[in-house]
Amino acid sequence: MNNHPFTHLDALESEAIHIMREVAAECANPVLLFSGGKDSIVLLRLAEKAFRPGRFPFPLMHIDTEHNFPEVIEFRDHRVKELGERLIVRSMEDSIKKGRVVLRSENQSRNAFQSVTLLDAIAEFKFDACIGGARRDEEKARAKERIFSFRDEFGQWDPKNQRPELWDIYNTRTHPGENIRVFPISNWTELDVWEYISRENLEVPKIYFAHTREVIRRATGLLPVSHLVQPQGGERIEQMTVRFRTVGDMSCTCPVESDAANVDEIIAETALTRITERGATRMDDQTSDASMELRKKEGYF
Amino acid sequence: MFDQTGLLRFITAGSVDDGKSTLIGRLLHDSKSIFEDQLTSITNTTRKRGSEGVDLSLLTDGLQAEREQGITIDVAYRYFATPKRKFIIADTPGHEQYTRNMVTGASTANLAIILIDARKGVLTQSRRHAYLTSLVGIPHLVVAVNKMDLVDYSQSVFERICKDFAAFAENLKLHNITYIPMSALNGDMVVERGDHLNWYQNSTLMDLLENVSIEDDINRDDFRFPVQWVCRPQTKELHDFRGYMGRIESGSMRVGDNVTLLPSGLTSRIKEILRYEGPIDEASAPQSITLTIEDHLDISRGDMLVKTGDTPRISKAFDAMVCWLSEQPLDPSRKYLIKHTTRVVKAIISRIDYRVDVNTLDHETVNTLNMNDIAHVGLKVQLPIVCDDYAHNRATGCFIIIDESSNNTVAAGMISLA
Repeated sequence: MNNHPFTHLDALESEAIHIMREVAAECANPVLLFSGGKDSIVLLRLAEKAFRPGRFPFPLMHIDTEHNFPEVIEFRDHRVKELGERLIVRSMEDSIKKGRVVLRSENQSRNAFQSVTLLDAIAEFKFDACIGGARRDEEKARAKERIFSFRDEFGQWDPKNQRPELWDIYNTRTHPGENIRVFPISNWTELDVWEYISRENLEVPKIYFAHTREVIRRATGLLPVSHLVQPQGGERIEQMTVRFRTVGDMSCTCPVESDAANVDEIIAETALTRITERGATRMDDQTSDASMELRKKEGYF
Repeated sequence: MFDQTGLLRFITAGSVDDGKSTLIGRLLHDSKSIFEDQLTSITNTTRKRGSEGVDLSLLTDGLQAEREQGITIDVAYRYFATPKRKFIIADTPGHEQYTRNMVTGASTANLAIILIDARKGVLTQSRRHAYLTSLVGIPHLVVAVNKMDLVDYSQSVFERICKDFAAFAENLKLHNITYIPMSALNGDMVVERGDHLNWYQNSTLMDLLENVSIEDDINRDDFRFPVQWVCRPQTKELHDFRGYMGRIESGSMRVGDNVTLLPSGLTSRIKEILRYEGPIDEASAPQSITLTIEDHLDISRGDMLVKTGDTPRISKAFDAMVCWLSEQPLDPSRKYLIKHTTRVVKAIISRIDYRVDVNTLDHETVNTLNMNDIAHVGLKVQLPIVCDDYAHNRATGCFIIIDESSNNTVAAGMISLA
């Protein structure tokens, strides 16, 4: 007899495991995108639940902007070693050297250019499915995206021409050169992710927790001082107690003021927070109401 | 058995004019699920359009094209939670040409909210929404009579609409209907009761959403386990391990139960039920688990394990209601693929018995099916499928039709076993 109730986390977990097994069974050459961020950390636990005692039926891949926080890269390598699975790293630096990415300045945000490196890597390994940790609650364009999201030969998403998705029967079919992005945690919210991290006792990079950091105030947010971000005319460096809600490109990922020093305190804070995750932490999503949609059409994750 | 209360999925059906987006905005707003930056963004857009205040309907307009045209063109998913439950809303447009979107959103829903404008009463589109709710078999239905503020919160107006709707619903065998008068604009009877509808004694919409029992929305009687993935680690320690991985679609099962493998008909017993956390004695839908069995049978993806003595239908020809989803019409001379549970087989549509006019429910004779058509058809499949009647078991009675050349999902089907 199962004594404990079947909670919303149990329902979301079972759905995600089912999705991962469908990918493994029906796609010829899938890959799981692992960045070291909290959403992809959850994906790895779900993959363990889906496939152990077997090995993962796909490799892991990180598209490295080389603008990552060092703590996150360290964590990434540690976690992969612990799992004993295979990690592929493809770096944006390679795309820049090949002339596939042209930056206006060295310190420019690299988030938007990740698509190029990702599409190159998909072509190199002939991946037909990329499992990612995107969630529908992140952004308006994502709210309409399918769990199995089809991309054409150019890696592009056509929001008006999506395959209908009914019940939990997923159409995984592609022609050569096309691929599918699969989002097993589509139906999770930021709070669900943290509650799951707490329940499963998952380790996350330390920068998710409150720490003292040098920051500057720019536009509507705080920016972490690093070799990529230095004070410009009039800005001054401040010491603040902050934490990151997302861990992306160091040049545009903003920390928030917070004293939350452990997962339970983050859950308490997230339950009460009044700003969306992307609104608070991504300067590149604030340029217009449709920034994410435009980037996704270009092949962004 | 589980106390399955954690997650409720619902669909809202109605047009922009019925205040559907306003209702969703109201649920999110009054349950404090709207973030400040979203509120700022929609306040700005409201002002840009030359209106005052906050237009809550803007919260649910997702894509750029939709914002330009001011209409919703696809299913969007929204999330909110109260201390009692997490909710997933499938927000689907009400226009006639988007029948397919409502069917899509409805396919995963526990509950449907059909919006009716109190000034207009039960319209053709309300009947269409009711029909689709019954077709897809959504277990619970709420009829939200909105804009009560524009009819002076009149009890007699509300009661007349309920009577009209009930008469129609009777023919559709729709049960579990709850009628709620409300004003989404003013917030009456959505989350708060408000001061204007004191003659209405029953629950607010939010109360109902939080407390409606969805335990029996899944078939609890018939154990159905389609095999998704066979785990064979072939390591030194687990040399002979064969785990059958999948999700229990309905019913439950214990270690030691006698099981039959379909379609082959071979039998064995459950040896272990495994999860990542360790072995358990009993499992039930909708858990994802790994099973091992006592005997060495040749089991692969697409097979189904059921309890011996409780066998579904094994069939190469069956009838179904289908909703055509594709702009490309049905070509009755072509072969298609159908995906049913974890099995993909070649199929032909051998007959179109009739098409249903979703507005009048009349049956019409047709030679093909176009987008948004709903029809009763006969199918033949190359290899047998293991299925139940959709009305008896949604999970093993549903399928999709895929066009093999474009790879598009062209139709959704619900099996009817006479």
